[in-house]
Amino acid sequence: MAEHIPILRMGEFLLVTIQVDMHDTLALDLQDRLTTRVVETGARGVLIDISALDIVDSFVGRMLSYIARVASLLDAATVVVGMRPAVAITLVELGLSLPGIRTALDVDQGMHLLRASRAEMPAAPG
Amino acid sequence: MSMATGFAENPSMPPENTLARVLERHEGELLVEWMADHSASMGRGGRIPEEELRQQGREFLRLLVQAARGSGANDMEGPEWQEMREFLAEVSRSRGLQGFTPSETATFVFSFKRPLFERLRDENANSHLFDELWSATLLLDKLGLYTTEAYQKTREEVIARQQEEMLELSTPVVKLWDGILALPMIGTLDSNRTQVVMETLLEKIVETGSRIAIIDITGVPTVDTLVAQHLMKTVTAARLMGAECIISGIRPQIAQTIVHLQVDLGNVATKASLADAFQLALQRLGTTVAGAIHR
Amino acid sequence: MVVHKQRVLALSSEQDVVVVRQEVRRWAVDLAFSLVEQTKLVTAASELARNAVQYGGGGEVRLEAVENGTRRGLRLVFEDRGPGIPDVPLALRDGYTTGNGLGLGLGGAKRLVNDFEIKTAPGEGTRITVARWR
Repeated sequence: MAEHIPILRMGEFLLVTIQVDMHDTLALDLQDRLTTRVVETGARGVLIDISALDIVDSFVGRMLSYIARVASLLDAATVVVGMRPAVAITLVELGLSLPGIRTALDVDQGMHLLRASRAEMPAAPG
Repeated sequence: MSMATGFAENPSMPPENTLARVLERHEGELLVEWMADHSASMGRGGRIPEEELRQQGREFLRLLVQAARGSGANDMEGPEWQEMREFLAEVSRSRGLQGFTPSETATFVFSFKRPLFERLRDENANSHLFDELWSATLLLDKLGLYTTEAYQKTREEVIARQQEEMLELSTPVVKLWDGILALPMIGTLDSNRTQVVMETLLEKIVETGSRIAIIDITGVPTVDTLVAQHLMKTVTAARLMGAECIISGIRPQIAQTIVHLQVDLGNVATKASLADAFQLALQRLGTTVAGAIHR
Repeated sequence: MVVHKQRVLALSSEQDVVVVRQEVRRWAVDLAFSLVEQTKLVTAASELARNAVQYGGGGEVRLEAVENGTRRGLRLVFEDRGPGIPDVPLALRDGYTTGNGLGLGLGGAKRLVNDFEIKTAPGEGTRITVARWR
């Protein structure tokens, strides 16, 4: 399978825009590549744009939580942006919270959130 | 044995498919007489454009022949009648939307009886006539009643839509500031209304990119469990989207109800008045990186 | 109850789960469900389709556009010939997962639909029927 979801680097952050209806392997592929990239680049934050997703089921929810957990172990914050109202309402009904994930309405607000969370953290040694 | 239509078993349907034959042979005359009878019954007549009515008549005849030729001709629930049902539902819908009464709508089918019966009588100078007339009348009665049901459904949909529009008008979402929305709720909330209003709020949050939504319930006399749950679901959904809610205007009685119902407000901020909530919202916006306020 | 339209889709690979999501979305749109209702249906379908593929060893789903009196709805019947679910109440409880970390998501899916029926027994596969009405 040649398709991969692109991961962009923006300074000390990584940006992912999910624009396709992912099958499970593609989601797992993203999960693996993204966490690897965080390690490779020493990124301080990950921003995942899900504004194109018209559904988020428990599999995608678990993927997002996994990414956030790994990122946080590596001292990086994860922000998910652009969740649609219908998706949010459904997730609440489904009983899925997204632990360890901060959310923002759009990429702009998401970047502010990431920068703010960096500002709160003590400066890295050396 | 006659045509393999299964009518031989059924005493009320004669072996030859007389109905279908009559319909096909006399289509033209039937249509003309039917249209005349229909206008006469409608009294005020002429409100349905003649050409439209004639087209509906032709379509009805076509579908009637089609279904009458099928083996399930007596079973109106069956698949042979599906096209006819859909057609009648469409006609009833259109009558309903144009404001005709249920009787006027059903007249479309019932005024077909006389022209049909006269043809059946002319076709049959024998003992089958009664059976044919009887089964024809049963059939047309069912079709006519079906139009009434479909009509009802349309009216109900119109009313429901009007109610929803009124709901949206009566609970406007207001932009208080860049990034701050307010939803002043007034009147008794029922589960359905709360749901509609909450969905609107979430959509407005996305549209305006507002991080904070103040839900003011000063004007709400009582809150029951269902409504409280909807409120909480909305707050949670907003959070998932990246916005926060502040609930303001909780009066003492409602505070007691909430505790009594054991609704967990979690860590949703609550303020006594909309003004206090607004101040809190400004504070919260102010503490983020300055760029958030310039838009 | 009248079934206006029906279609059976295979559930043997993860790609089929995507196909089911898209087909259920199309049917829900045709039936004029609201956006939130569509989303709930598609999400529930995704959960149940995935279960059939990953837990049930594959199976199929039947989509049915139904009419009950004057109510219209969409019914989905998920069927697999897998190991069956040994403890249904447990599976319906939130947070339940099988040993390999796959959440069955049944309790959640149940909340997204109006009707939910499950027929299963160890060694006899599973059939889950869900429906939403307009």
